[in-house]
Amino acid sequence: MLEDYEITIGLEVHAQLATNTKIFCGCKNEFGAEPNTHTCPVCLGLPGTLPVLNEQAVEYIIKAGLALDCEIATFSKFDRKNYFYPDLPKAYQISQFDLPFCEAGEIDIQVDDEDHEIGITRIHLEEDAGKLTHAGDISNADSSLVDYNRVGTPLIEIVSEPDMKSPQQAVAYLKKLKSILEYIGVSDCEMSEGSLRADANLSIAPNGSEELGTKTELKNMNSFKAIEKALTYEAKRQEKLLDKGEEIVQGTRTWDDEAGKTLALREKEEAHDYRYFPEPDLVPVIVKDSWIKGIKNTIPALPDERKEQYVEEFGIPEYDAEVITADRELADFFEAVVAKFDDAKEVSNWVMGEFSRLLNENEVTPANVEFAPADLAKLLEMKEEDVISSKIAKKVFEKMFNTGQDPETIVEEEGLKQISDSSELEEIVEGVLEDNQSAVEDYKGGNKNVIGFFVGQTMQATQGKANPQKVKELLREKLEE
Amino acid sequence: MKLDQETVERVAHLARLEIDEEEKETFTHQLSDILDHAEKLNELDTEDVEPMAHATDVNNVLRSDDVKESLDQDEAVANAPDEEEGMFKVPQIVE
Ligand SMILES: [Zn+2]
Repeated sequence: MLEDYEITIGLEVHAQLATNTKIFCGCKNEFGAEPNTHTCPVCLGLPGTLPVLNEQAVEYIIKAGLALDCEIATFSKFDRKNYFYPDLPKAYQISQFDLPFCEAGEIDIQVDDEDHEIGITRIHLEEDAGKLTHAGDISNADSSLVDYNRVGTPLIEIVSEPDMKSPQQAVAYLKKLKSILEYIGVSDCEMSEGSLRADANLSIAPNGSEELGTKTELKNMNSFKAIEKALTYEAKRQEKLLDKGEEIVQGTRTWDDEAGKTLALREKEEAHDYRYFPEPDLVPVIVKDSWIKGIKNTIPALPDERKEQYVEEFGIPEYDAEVITADRELADFFEAVVAKFDDAKEVSNWVMGEFSRLLNENEVTPANVEFAPADLAKLLEMKEEDVISSKIAKKVFEKMFNTGQDPETIVEEEGLKQISDSSELEEIVEGVLEDNQSAVEDYKGGNKNVIGFFVGQTMQATQGKANPQKVKELLREKLEE
Repeated sequence: MKLDQETVERVAHLARLEIDEEEKETFTHQLSDILDHAEKLNELDTEDVEPMAHATDVNNVLRSDDVKESLDQDEAVANAPDEEEGMFKVPQIVE
């Protein structure tokens, strides 16, 4: 992307775990509730309370570690990270410092047909902070309001190696990570709700340089698009500075999506003095092999494995397989349709085309649609058997999507059956020729292309219900007479 | 180990404690004494001793993922010095 420099990017991703309760207390782990209705003395940090670790959160981080090819620590502990901020009622965050649950994993990505292996340094377990709202900008507001519902939500922080060489690779890594976490069901990864958040480190160095350049840390990127834009902007900003012979100032920058810029955050002078120490209120966790084995058994086929299977078993193109398997729900839906209608390529066309279009337009996910996969299979069968034309099939599908009615009922009630009956079609075709005498003359004079016009007229006369193949045959017959 | 006053000021700031000149003087001595006392432990040979993660021998204290009742909104903010719309109201964060 830059001519004279090589880019180096590392990502720190926080994912909220989809447990029922918070990490250290029984309060509900739920987004969007009324402020401060999911709190208790433990998560409010009241004196005299003690945290107790949620077993499900431990199982989820181990599951994530296994799915990301990590080594799982047999002995793990928690530490206190100390800092004052109103979103943190205890004035420390319980996190992990030197003995995280998972280390040394990797994710394989593909960008422009090239394979890259991105290392994962570590994954640790910690608690989320509360949510602040300010009247206007944080620096202008004379007060802020705090909602502690989110405080204590279990989080995993996934730290990558600085292995990404372009903003595109960083986005591919994130998409793959999101897809895997969704597959194993440990997080719902809703970026818009903040359940998946990514911070990035970026530096550039002259081509061929042994040493890395000075890095900046980027925050506040809330979508894949924002991440790609922010990283691209930051790489170019650093390039300009270095070209002018200036130095990069190490520090944190925030992405302003509206302005399309990264801006320096004012650094708290002691920002990195977190004074970690072992958390005395929690005992260590020992993870035995039998526990790991049990968790391993709950991991389903992951996107890459499923993609290969689609190419081999269903014979669909690699591109189709990649698009469909990236989303577990979409893949489940696809398989359910293929189980009842075996032209997998036809199914994949519909799933990636009409179905995905309607999902996006209506902002629903495949698991929450009104109709059953078997209904789509039935529709495709009706189309294959020429009961309905492909144009009508799309219309019926949209109606299925919006109402949940089955295709047979829709076709019956709206009289959408394809007209293949020759005598009925013959009559209509004759009418069309009758009404367009001059075009008939054209055809007989040698302009065979006019046939397309007649087909169109016939389709219009039947509201799309005529079988176009049959219409063409009939027209040829009549015109050549 | 002798602490300098600057370190004491820094530690106080990190803990958000306001201390006057006299206290700075007192704490500089007291904290130095505490560190000296702790320094004695360094005389022990800990070459083959694993660092301890916790003072007890207990491990794996876990709870099942069952929802328990939370406080009502009113109760949650009852002790807040200031409150608005069911939220804790705090003074300006960034100056
Ligand atoms: Zn709680």
